[in-house]
Amino acid sequence: MTTMHEITLKVNGADYACEVEGRLTLADFLRHQINLTGTHLGCEHGVCGACTVLVNGKTARGCLMLAVQADEAEITTVEGLAVNGELNDLQQAFMEHHALQCGFCTPGMLMTLTELLEENPHPKEQDVREAISGNICRCTGYQGIVAAALAVAEQRDC
Amino acid sequence: MSSFGSSAKRVEDPVLLRGEGKFTDDIHLPGLLTAAMLRSPYAHARIKSIDTSTALELDGVHLILKNADLALEYTTTELPLMVPNPLITKPVTPHMLAKDYVRYVGEPIALIVAEDRYIAEDALERVIVDYEPLPVAGDFREAVKRNAATAHHEIEDNVCAEFVQAFGNVDEVFANAPHIYKNTFFQHRGAAHPLETRAMMATYDELSDHLTFYAASQSPHRVREIYAKLRGIDDNQVRVVVPDIGGGFGAKGQTYPEYFSVAAAARLLRRPVKYMEDRRENFTATHHERDQLWTAEIAFNDDGKLLGFRGTLLHDSGAYVPWGIITPYIAASTVPGPYLLPAYEMKVTCVLTNKVAVTPVRGAGRPQAAFTMERMMDTAALELGRDPASLRRQNYIPADQMPYKMGLIFRDGSPITYDSGDYPACHDKAIELSEYDSFKERQKAARSEGRFIGIGIASYVEGTGLGPFEGANIRVAPSGKVTIHYGASAQGQGHQTVFAQIASDQLGVDLADITVIGGDTQGCPYGIGTFASRAIVNAGNAVHQASEAVRQKIIKAASYMMEAAEEDMDLAEGSVFVKGVPKMSRTLGEVAEFVNGKPGFTLPGGIEPGLQELSYFTPKQAAYANGTHLAEVEVDVETGYAKVLRYWSGHDCGKMINPMTVEGQVLGGVAHGLGNALFEWMRYDENAQPVTVNYGEYLLPLASDMPHVQQVHQEIPTPQNPLGVKGAGEGGTIPAIAAIIGAIENALKPFGVRISEAPITPPRLLELIECARKN
Repeated sequence: MTTMHEITLKVNGADYACEVEGRLTLADFLRHQINLTGTHLGCEHGVCGACTVLVNGKTARGCLMLAVQADEAEITTVEGLAVNGELNDLQQAFMEHHALQCGFCTPGMLMTLTELLEENPHPKEQDVREAISGNICRCTGYQGIVAAALAVAEQRDC
Repeated sequence: MSSFGSSAKRVEDPVLLRGEGKFTDDIHLPGLLTAAMLRSPYAHARIKSIDTSTALELDGVHLILKNADLALEYTTTELPLMVPNPLITKPVTPHMLAKDYVRYVGEPIALIVAEDRYIAEDALERVIVDYEPLPVAGDFREAVKRNAATAHHEIEDNVCAEFVQAFGNVDEVFANAPHIYKNTFFQHRGAAHPLETRAMMATYDELSDHLTFYAASQSPHRVREIYAKLRGIDDNQVRVVVPDIGGGFGAKGQTYPEYFSVAAAARLLRRPVKYMEDRRENFTATHHERDQLWTAEIAFNDDGKLLGFRGTLLHDSGAYVPWGIITPYIAASTVPGPYLLPAYEMKVTCVLTNKVAVTPVRGAGRPQAAFTMERMMDTAALELGRDPASLRRQNYIPADQMPYKMGLIFRDGSPITYDSGDYPACHDKAIELSEYDSFKERQKAARSEGRFIGIGIASYVEGTGLGPFEGANIRVAPSGKVTIHYGASAQGQGHQTVFAQIASDQLGVDLADITVIGGDTQGCPYGIGTFASRAIVNAGNAVHQASEAVRQKIIKAASYMMEAAEEDMDLAEGSVFVKGVPKMSRTLGEVAEFVNGKPGFTLPGGIEPGLQELSYFTPKQAAYANGTHLAEVEVDVETGYAKVLRYWSGHDCGKMINPMTVEGQVLGGVAHGLGNALFEWMRYDENAQPVTVNYGEYLLPLASDMPHVQQVHQEIPTPQNPLGVKGAGEGGTIPAIAAIIGAIENALKPFGVRISEAPITPPRLLELIECARKN
């Protein structure tokens, strides 16, 4: 019989107290247990980056972390970026620069770039490319994504 | 202002950016169960027995299906051949679940349905299958040989189709040509690798005996048709709905075996059942494009005029041919490309192997054809002492010869006729953009610093927008809002935006007031699908036709309502009005309400009920897009890593409805080609065991590998459809492999390295450099 664990955590500012199986991944917890399906699963082995979320402000792979490891953590998912449904500047820039096509990798890209722009407000193109080199996009060739991130960095400067 | 031709921002984006998209795995239906698939660990084996008893004892396991169970549900468990061709001598297709034999690693054997995926996978490990391993047809170059192990136990040899594509007098050309060059090319393309793996969910309503099937499919109507046919039911008893799709690139265009066991489970359990492929399964069981071996001979006269081309193509078909011989057929008919070619012959042999089936991936055999032709052009340029760009330009079909009958028969049975284009002009645009003429100086400067940079060029022609048709069903509601249902589905192309742009101009309605819905068999009665760069041509023109018809209906009704002449009417800002008399105006909502009628009252003369039109567009032949790409690379001769520094595309896809999304398509296509040129390799060992089954072993291009791509467009409208549009989905990929590898060879010219294969990975490139250094 599988052992259940009590966890409490904050996701996008809301408090959750849940019972989870020890083997449940954080991504599956977010997607199937609390129904935040914006975090996507592309490879389930930590390479594609689609499931990237912020755990206490740092990026983490939702597929490589167990839900129990997120006990007492603060998680931000893609659903936590827009405020009252209004796209934030990075999301808006993605739209302006055609940084998404199918939109499946987009949540992970947004979370990775959220962290980058926090840590390095003035990234060079190469910094952006390196930052997202752990996120695979099969549609865009990355050009729009890079342009969006650079545009946001410039805007935030003004 | 016209919406057609403007880079309107995509209406798809806000939902996806907020993480509120609805991909198949995001849909939680009440009572949902989850399935896992038991797959073959052997490339070729007989199944002696399957024992599911221990697995069924596990708490939370609801059902395990095997072939025999499906035989009760369907008239046959063997899937039909989707694109038959009399040339196919072994029309082998898979069963929904393996029947007695498995013929590739990953072939589905049993479906396990459980409370959740975790339990389903626990159960998977408890199923005991007794296999008798059989000899394996592994590498296709071995499998084609006489006495090789066969991929199916009951066949004599592995050749499943042989055919010749030819025109002109090839023998005479090669008997007399002063310059003949030969080469052999091994080409590997990996698989599609959409970020979302295959996804499906079925729910059955007992009361109405109706199945709703959600599938991440590029071709929902095909799924409906085949399901209805194999169940022996009417197609109104099944609806296929395509939620958001996380990329397709060809692979999701197939009607896969898994669809049928999942649908059967939902019917038998009377509960919704979902199956999400995991990435390892995607590597082994989602179709690839994989291996081809080409031999080629090209003939020139002393002035550099192309005289003839001949060769052979050996094609790895995999264990089954569900999509017929489309990929090698397209490959063989694409080689002549944009060139004036007097004589051509390609002998094609398709061979079965114990690997998953080969079906089209973005480009569908064309990148390999372009690679073969363009590498031969580079060889000829080198040998003849000519500049590669000028040799190509000399041999292009001139614009004044359009429409140009190329000489071959296309896969739809019609003679290949390039309908439009100006290949030399498009080439010139790309050359200018890339500052090609000053490259030699840049190269010289780099070499003096010990850096090896090179430039490569490749051109192509692509038949896009093949029929038979696509439909659009447009309706204006009394709210004044417009709904468009179309037959195909979108996987990121931006159909919602682009099709709305087409209708917006006709109906004078804002993009925000137009809803575009694809991928629902209930919304548009018939459809073919989004693949082969065909959606914009077929569905786009269907939207155009249907909106034109609705526009006429609006004008006719408004003319009656306002007692004004039809020819004086115009539409804008959601209203129909009399030109020059702004007061004489009705909103489209008012007109819609009027033509919806009042109970018991006859509609006035000539006015049809409802502002609605269903229209199908049926192209007579393909619309030919073309382009010329250039790549600049730098090779690190110590590590073998080739970095693409810059990339340029000159491209003609006819009229661009939304230049931003066209550029997005080309960009994504180039990235796919870059992966094929440098990284992507689906490897198997000699027993046909897959050895690259994760993204550590199989490399996809990353942001750090991609250069900035600059594009220039030429818009020569096709006469093949009213919008003048040609497909743009695959053009980015087709020449990219050839351009990049040409650039690598050019960079390594001081070493005399010649490259006759793709992909060219760093270790292999190092080998070639070492080898050239020794010689």
